Amino acid sequence: MRSFSLIDFVSLFAALRWTVALVALALAFGAPLALGLALGRISRFAGLRWAMAACIQVIQSVPLLGLLFFFYFGMPVFLGIQVPALIAVTVAYTLYTAAFLGEIWRGGLEAVKQAQWEAGACLGLSAWQQFRHIIAPQALRLSLPPTVGFLVQLIKGTSLASILGFVELARAGQVVSAATFQPLLTYALVAAIYFALCLPLTLWSRSLEARLDGSR
Amino acid sequence: MNFLPLWRYQNQLIDGAIVTLELTVISALAGLVIGIAGAVALKGRITPVRWLVRGYIELFRNTPSLIQIFIVFFVLPNFGLKLPAFEAAAVALSLYFGAYSVEIIRAGLDSIPRSQVEAGQCLGLSGWQVFRHIILPPALRNAYPAVTSQFVLLLLGTSLASQVAADELFHVAGFIESRTYRSFEVYAVICAVYFAMAMSFKALFAIIGLAAFRWPRRR
Repeated sequence: MRSFSLIDFVSLFAALRWTVALVALALAFGAPLALGLALGRISRFAGLRWAMAACIQVIQSVPLLGLLFFFYFGMPVFLGIQVPALIAVTVAYTLYTAAFLGEIWRGGLEAVKQAQWEAGACLGLSAWQQFRHIIAPQALRLSLPPTVGFLVQLIKGTSLASILGFVELARAGQVVSAATFQPLLTYALVAAIYFALCLPLTLWSRSLEARLDGSR
Repeated sequence: MNFLPLWRYQNQLIDGAIVTLELTVISALAGLVIGIAGAVALKGRITPVRWLVRGYIELFRNTPSLIQIFIVFFVLPNFGLKLPAFEAAAVALSLYFGAYSVEIIRAGLDSIPRSQVEAGQCLGLSGWQVFRHIILPPALRNAYPAVTSQFVLLLLGTSLASQVAADELFHVAGFIESRTYRSFEVYAVICAVYFAMAMSFKALFAIIGLAAFRWPRRR
């Protein structure tokens, strides 16, 4: 046993880089997939709409912890080879992000009136041009507050990677707490760091929402 | 892939699922009580109380549920409050659910236009009658979808209680895994059980919603 010292403080902050890396990976792969899911959900083809809705429904009905374990142990079974834990975890967070962002963005897309698509068509724009120049900018404005809100969920969700042994913030907290026998100080500090990360995003999301409301 | 070795553990799985349901329902009820009390406090005139509630909401919504469970389980014993795993998880999850409920219920109450309250007062209704007949029914209907989807997230979130060894479903998964070494199969089955429970609740809530909120909607 040793006392809580500067080195513990440093190791907590150093572990933040994994928290940030997991969020970045989840967004980098999850956001494009989410866009695909959202577009699939508003597609003209009923089959595609149903398939995308089913995918989202399944992912949203399973605990994030379950997704992590499923892919952590499942990737070798599916692929027949061992994969680094980081890849399995990235797949789980990517699907989680895609399902939730996909639903948020679908809501944004559907909130833009059908007549806007038709107006674009009347101007001779192609379907992609209608989406890119008319629908997407309006949908983006509407979806931004909940998207930032989801970012907070994602940051909090990366704490679950600690359970698979990733030394991110939550895991570093467990290690420091065990080494120093100071759970109070350690977990309070860990919670404070998460709070410092998430609160600005929450406030930003709220101010975006308020601004949108005023413009109506 | 071989699911057969799991077959003999079905009783443990059922027990785990029951504990998960207990944890969910207890935390949801306690959280709703917190939510109603918090929403009333936010509407109230006592400024320090409003700040306190706001602080509580922000604190619990901007830190991970896992850390909250750890703090209740590992830190509170330092202050002489030693809770068993299930109770610790229930306390932490109630506070987490409560923080979200306050906002949902407050938004539900705020969704009723002031003019409707005034219309009720013009009809000579008492304060309680205005609340009971004018504010409450549409507020409940407006808050219902958010409450039920938060309930399903709570159901899935109870899996975190496994990390302090509360014997709910996810903890049972770890137990079966240690006996059978069938890691993937165990977690595939566990995910399927959570999926079945979540979908059942969604279907149940949809039916209740249709039955309870049938009066015409403004379009």
